Parts: sequence; structure tokens; C-alpha cells
Amino acid sequence: MSNVLVAMSGGVDSSVAAALLLDEGHEVTGCTMRLWGGESDTGCCSVADVDDARRVAQQLGIPHYVFDFGDDFQAGVVEPYVDAHAQGRTPNPCIECNRTVKFDRLLRRADALGFDAVATGHHARVTHDGRRWQLRRAIDGAKDQSYVLHMLDQATLARTLLPVGALTKADVRARAARLGLRTAAKPDSQDVCFITKGGRARFLSTRVALTPGRVVDVAGHEVGSVDAVELVTVGQRRGLGLGGAAAPRYVVGVDGATVVVGSRADLLVEQIELDALTWIDEPVSGEVLVQCSAHGRAHPATIDHDVARLHAPTTKVAPGQSVVLYRDDEVLGGGIAR
Amino acid sequence: MLAYLDHAATTPVRPEAAEAMLPWLTGRYGNPSGAHAVARAARQAIEEARDELAAVLGCQPRELVFTSGGTESDNLAIAGVSGPVACSAIEHHAVLDPVRHRGGAVFALGDAPPADAELVSVMLVNNEVGTVQSLDDVDAPIVHTDAVQALPWLDVASAAARADLISVSAHKVGGPQGVGALVVREGVRVAPLLRGGGQERERRSGTQNVAGIVGFAAAVRACRAHPPDVAVMRDRLVAGLTSIEGCRTSVDLAGTVPGILSLVFDDVESEALLVLLDRAGVCASAAASCASGAMEASHVLRAFGVATGGALRLSLGWTTTDAEIDHALAVIPSAVAQLREHKNEMGGAA
Repeated sequence: MSNVLVAMSGGVDSSVAAALLLDEGHEVTGCTMRLWGGESDTGCCSVADVDDARRVAQQLGIPHYVFDFGDDFQAGVVEPYVDAHAQGRTPNPCIECNRTVKFDRLLRRADALGFDAVATGHHARVTHDGRRWQLRRAIDGAKDQSYVLHMLDQATLARTLLPVGALTKADVRARAARLGLRTAAKPDSQDVCFITKGGRARFLSTRVALTPGRVVDVAGHEVGSVDAVELVTVGQRRGLGLGGAAAPRYVVGVDGATVVVGSRADLLVEQIELDALTWIDEPVSGEVLVQCSAHGRAHPATIDHDVARLHAPTTKVAPGQSVVLYRDDEVLGGGIAR
Repeated sequence: MLAYLDHAATTPVRPEAAEAMLPWLTGRYGNPSGAHAVARAARQAIEEARDELAAVLGCQPRELVFTSGGTESDNLAIAGVSGPVACSAIEHHAVLDPVRHRGGAVFALGDAPPADAELVSVMLVNNEVGTVQSLDDVDAPIVHTDAVQALPWLDVASAAARADLISVSAHKVGGPQGVGALVVREGVRVAPLLRGGGQERERRSGTQNVAGIVGFAAAVRACRAHPPDVAVMRDRLVAGLTSIEGCRTSVDLAGTVPGILSLVFDDVESEALLVLLDRAGVCASAAASCASGAMEASHVLRAFGVATGGALRLSLGWTTTDAEIDHALAVIPSAVAQLREHKNEMGGAA
């Protein structure tokens, strides 16, 4: 039995995570992080969700605290998100939140308060082979969230519990329903928690200077225009003002205020260069699978230092996106596409 | 062992108050506005309570308006007067927010309020740090004072004699939550927030909370008969805790009521400290208690020029015992040491 702090977002997964830990005999304390003070109607950490988390904690008979990490969230997640867009990159704020808030700020808080471990409702599994810790995909492949946890290291995994990773989502909901938890039928959170109904464009338009841009084809001919190059993502098909072209055209690159579009074939690349690589354990080279979005396909590749050479040409990854390396169901590490 | 040191958030109901209320929650009932014997009895109960509270607050019974609590009283005062409003920077949010909502001015304590202000609000006892503010130099056509935290500690009748509007609340003095009052001096016009049956001389419609009002009066009576005697215990806390390195009182205690002690700890985050104290059976708060349960930087401590990081409010009341103080003195230093030790290890805030 250990003393566990569960990060309760107000969703069904973390509610059931707390319940499972109680069943296992741990001493469980719940907490909800207040991260975003702005308006928000989606996502995992809105004010109404604090109420849900607190009510679930009451139902389970565990103490519950609210931690205000708004400043950390602003500095570690929102500002880098805005800055990355200003530089024409497409960041993944949920990963930065895990890196800087949930598995750093919260973990340090938990340590200071004398907790042995932090648990979350992420769908992924932490295992130990008697020697080292592993991070593995969830039992429920469709709900697997190991991608957004790839930055964890041995020291962090040793203090991390992911109880729902061994359950399917259906099992999680069934368990919540059986316990009568108010979050049993609550819809999964979808979007970035601090982006409101107005969307990414509205959010960014008040925070960065948006630059109108030219759209050119791969031969350099001007074919259209966009209002804001900062909102254009590699791989994007719509919103480029291209009219009814015969074959679909995709953004294959953004260079300053120029957006280059091309065919699907122009979007294919044979390697991905990675920045800021982190490893679950020791650095790995050789055969891996690379996954470039939260629920994307994993492609066979060979990793050699900071370059992943794809075994078959694959759609280009937008700069700023996280690329996660797997071997079978085990996360090896990951980095950010250059 | 539980040390309840959050009396400024709410203080336990005095047995005298509970006893006085019980008949009105069981055998006795009646709408005070009714025209029959049962109603008349309820009416008599609230009018006797009104007489008693009016005497304590230094007003005529007809000048006392019962409300649902301190927040409603403050809102009624601020929203009810016509003309510009202003308040000091150390006010409770129940004053600050309505003043801002009306576009009113917020002035630093010690500065003169804006000359054009029709109403100026300055609280008698601050809820976060316990300082007593004199109303003598407050110059405005209408002076409002939030006396919610003053009622257990001061003779409000004399301390607020200068005020035209006075807010008080039952649950800070040993009465139930959900009852308060606003003194509205003769000649001061306050438009109602709630319109309807015209109760409380058209100033606050809605059936009165008979049990609560009776309990309010009984609590004030008990508080005056047996005032909380906490100064020595407060001083023990001060001596024991300020001997911790990097711990000091937020303000000079000379000008504070004995029930509220605000401390600041270097290199400690309030939020983490409160969790450790809670787990060790010490109930306290960072600054004020707020609805969300999360901590926000305190405008009051900022106004007093205090860094907000490690604020701790320990508030004492009529049930506080030496054993509770002993427990707090045993728990707090080690909690502070634990957080600091960890901060040094990790090289960052926890």
C-alpha cells in the first residue's frame, strides 16, 4: 500500500483511476489542477470539471484539493504554444502540459507533500521488468494515450501509476456506472482545453500578429492566398483559397509568408529529423515504429541518432509535432519534428 | 487531534444559538408577515431579535434590515445607493466586486477617497489580516462599513458610530450561516436588491429566516456574555511560529483583533502548506476562504505590501483551546521544514 495523489480532471478515466487505487488498498488523495483561467467550454480542466472531480472524491470518500497551477500552465504550455505558431510550427500543447505541469509541477508538489506516487487517468501502462521501467500502450488500442506520455523517464515512471491503462474504455465506463459515479457517462474531452468555441484562429489572432501569405505551387506559380500563414499546417488541404483544382492539393511547406502546395506525392518524405529527443530509458538505435500524432498509424523506421529513416515514404509531419518511437507496444522515447 | 483555526471563515454555532433556533425548526413555525396567532408569534420572535441586535449595533430597530448574510448586506449597500461609489483596496470581494461592477473607484487605505463619491466603504476589521480601521477620517456623504469580522471582537456600536450603513453576519459570531443584517440609518435611501412582498420595510423582500434571525441574536448575546478569550493563545502562536526562520506576521499585531493572525513564510507555498496542515489535522486558510477552494494571490496582502507566496491565516474563536494551539505549534514548524527541505532538494517551487 502506498500513499497516492490522483490527478482528477473531472472525467470518467481519472474518476475510475481513483476508485481502482482504493480497491488496491492504497491511501488515495484526489486533486484537481486549475490551469486555465480564461473562458473554455471544452477540454479537461474547466471550472465545472473541478466540481465533478470534487463530487467524485466525495462519493469515494477521499480528500480532494484544488491546486492552482495557472502560472505554470501559462508559462509552460500556453506561451510556448503561441510562440510556436508565431514561428510557423504546429505544437502539441497536451504533451507540453504533461511535460511541464502534470509530470513536473504536480509531481514535485506530490513529492513535497510526502506522496509516494502520482496517478492519472491516462490510457497507457507502466510496467517494470525487475530492472527498468517501461511505458506501454493501453490495452484499449483505440484509446491509447502513450503518445502524449512519451517524455516520461525512469525517475518519473517509478512514481507514476496509470490504473486505467489495463482496462478498455467500455470497462472504465461500466465500472464508473457500477460505482454510481456521476462522471460515468460524461463525454471524453476532445480539444485543447484552452481553445474555446471560436477556435484556434480566434485564440491566436489576439496573441500573435497574423501575416497574410501567398500560396504557390511547387513550380513557384502563385495559385492563391491565405489570411494568416501562422494558422497553416503542413498537410492541410482546406482553407487555402485554391478553388476547384482538378486534384487535391496539400500544404507541403511554409517558408516565411509563402505557402507551398503540392500533390499528395509531394507531401511524402523518407525521413524525419527530430529535435529535443527524450528517452524512457537508454537512447535506442535501429528498428522502431514512429507515430506522428496522438492516434496516428505507427510506421516502421530506423532511428539513427536524431533521424528516423522511414522504410516506406510517409506523409510529411508538420514541424513542431511530436514524433514518438515505439518497439512493439513499448514507448522508447520521442522528439519534435524539425 | 483536530485544531480548528479557521474561525474567520466560520465559527462553530454557539449552543445558546442552536437552542434558541431549535423550536423554530421543530414545533414553532409561522410566516412573520401573516395575520394570525401563529404568524404573530413568529413576528414577535424576529422583532425581539431585531431589538436586541439593534442595541448591540447602536441603531434603532427600524434601521436594521435582515439579509441572507454579509455578502448580501454589502451588495445591498453598494448597489442600493445612487451616485458614485468607492471603497478601500483591502475590502472583502463582497464589497470590492460590486464597487467595480458599478464602475466605482478603489483607493489605497490612507489615501483620501475620490471627492465625488456618494458612498465610501471601509471595512472595520479586515478578514485576512485582522487590522482594525478607524472610520473617523472617512469623509463621504454615505459611509458604509463591512463589520462582519468586527462583530465578535469590537463594540460595533461605538466603532461604527460614524457609519451610515453597517454590514454584519451571524456565522462569524456563533450564529448560523445564511443570516446577516444591514444597518441603514434613518434618512439614508437604499434601493432594494430583492423586490416582492415588501418585507423589512420594503428594503428586502422575502420571508424572513426566523430560526436564523433568532439564532443570530442568541449568538450575539452569548458572544457578549462570554467573549472569545484568545489573545494569550494568539500570542503563543506568534511566539512559537515567528521563531521559525523566515516567518513573520503579515502586519503589526498592535492594530489587529486577537482572533485573526496572518503569517508569511519565506520559501513556502500556501497551497502546499495547507494540504500538509489539513492532513495533520490543522484547519487553516491561506488568506480568505474562497468558493473554488483554490488559492489566488491576495489583494489584501498586496495592499499591505506583503509578498503573497507563503501566507497562512490562523483564526481563533470561542471554542479555541490551548490543546489546539499546542497541536498547531507541533504541526506547523515541521510542515514548513518539510516543504523547504524539498524545495532545496529539487531546486524549485513545490
